[in-house]
Amino acid sequence: MKGIKFVLVGILFGIIMSKSEAISWYRIQEMFRFQSFHMFGIIGVAAVLGAIGTALIKKYNLKDIGGEPIKFAPKEAGWKRYLYGGTIFGLGWAMTGACPGPMFVSLGYGYWMFALAILTAALGTFVYGLVKDKLPH
Amino acid sequence: MIEFISQPWPWYISGTAIAVVMFLLVFFGKNFGFSSNFRHLCAACGGARFSDFFDYDWRSYSWSLLFLVGTIGGGWIASNFLTSNEGVQISEATIADLQNLGISAPSGLQPDEVFGLHNVFTTPVLILVVLGGFLVGFGTRWAGGCTSGHAISGLSNLQVPSLIAVIGFFIGGLITTHLLLPLIF
Repeated sequence: MKGIKFVLVGILFGIIMSKSEAISWYRIQEMFRFQSFHMFGIIGVAAVLGAIGTALIKKYNLKDIGGEPIKFAPKEAGWKRYLYGGTIFGLGWAMTGACPGPMFVSLGYGYWMFALAILTAALGTFVYGLVKDKLPH
Repeated sequence: MIEFISQPWPWYISGTAIAVVMFLLVFFGKNFGFSSNFRHLCAACGGARFSDFFDYDWRSYSWSLLFLVGTIGGGWIASNFLTSNEGVQISEATIADLQNLGISAPSGLQPDEVFGLHNVFTTPVLILVVLGGFLVGFGTRWAGGCTSGHAISGLSNLQVPSLIAVIGFFIGGLITTHLLLPLIF
């Protein structure tokens, strides 16, 4: 039953993403047209509070509930994979109006079409696994 | 109380709540990054037979798949018990832009023109959902993360690679929104 807490945090996340309207295709369109502060505010507040919390955890060497020191793994250096992969993801994000988390939230919300998007996203990851050695990273 | 949380939440509440989710996962000894789940799903379905990229102990990430199950449940709860049944209050400018594409003003969270099941065999839907989903799955794994892993966790940890990834997200999103959507619809 150690896993139940992750289900509960997932439920919380699903409710937040629904009530913030961040799962909405309309909101993502509005963001990419710079016609509202809403999405920038959500991501900005989360990132700024996240940065403050991360700095505090590092400063005071806080531990997790298992008693282990909390570590934040740095991303591997480089730029190609981030720029190229990020751009490909961005192309898809503005099409589906959903990044990976919101696809599942929308499915739960009752928009069944997202089952198709989830299936093709899994296929996209699978194809990446097949061709990754040929791509610049 | 229920009535209060059933209204759409303002950005500062939502952003704060997302940071809380991230720190809950951090204090559980994990991290906040959603797109890896597509890799775990491929691995769980026997992907290791096709690529060593899927040859790892995906069961050690079952916590992440449980989080995924929770997000589906959260969407279901929000839709059945916490909804005000209003269309998304997007800006007038966006409504006008989308009407030019043939997409009507919001009456719910998602446009029927893109996510209505009866439209599944129309070309715009096949491109936006099928191709769009593929690009999300391919691009996030190539970039090593999505909005949660890079824009929130990565930027929180002041990671330059995450900043580059987020710039990429916007390059791609702007291309689709301003160049491709007018061609698709």
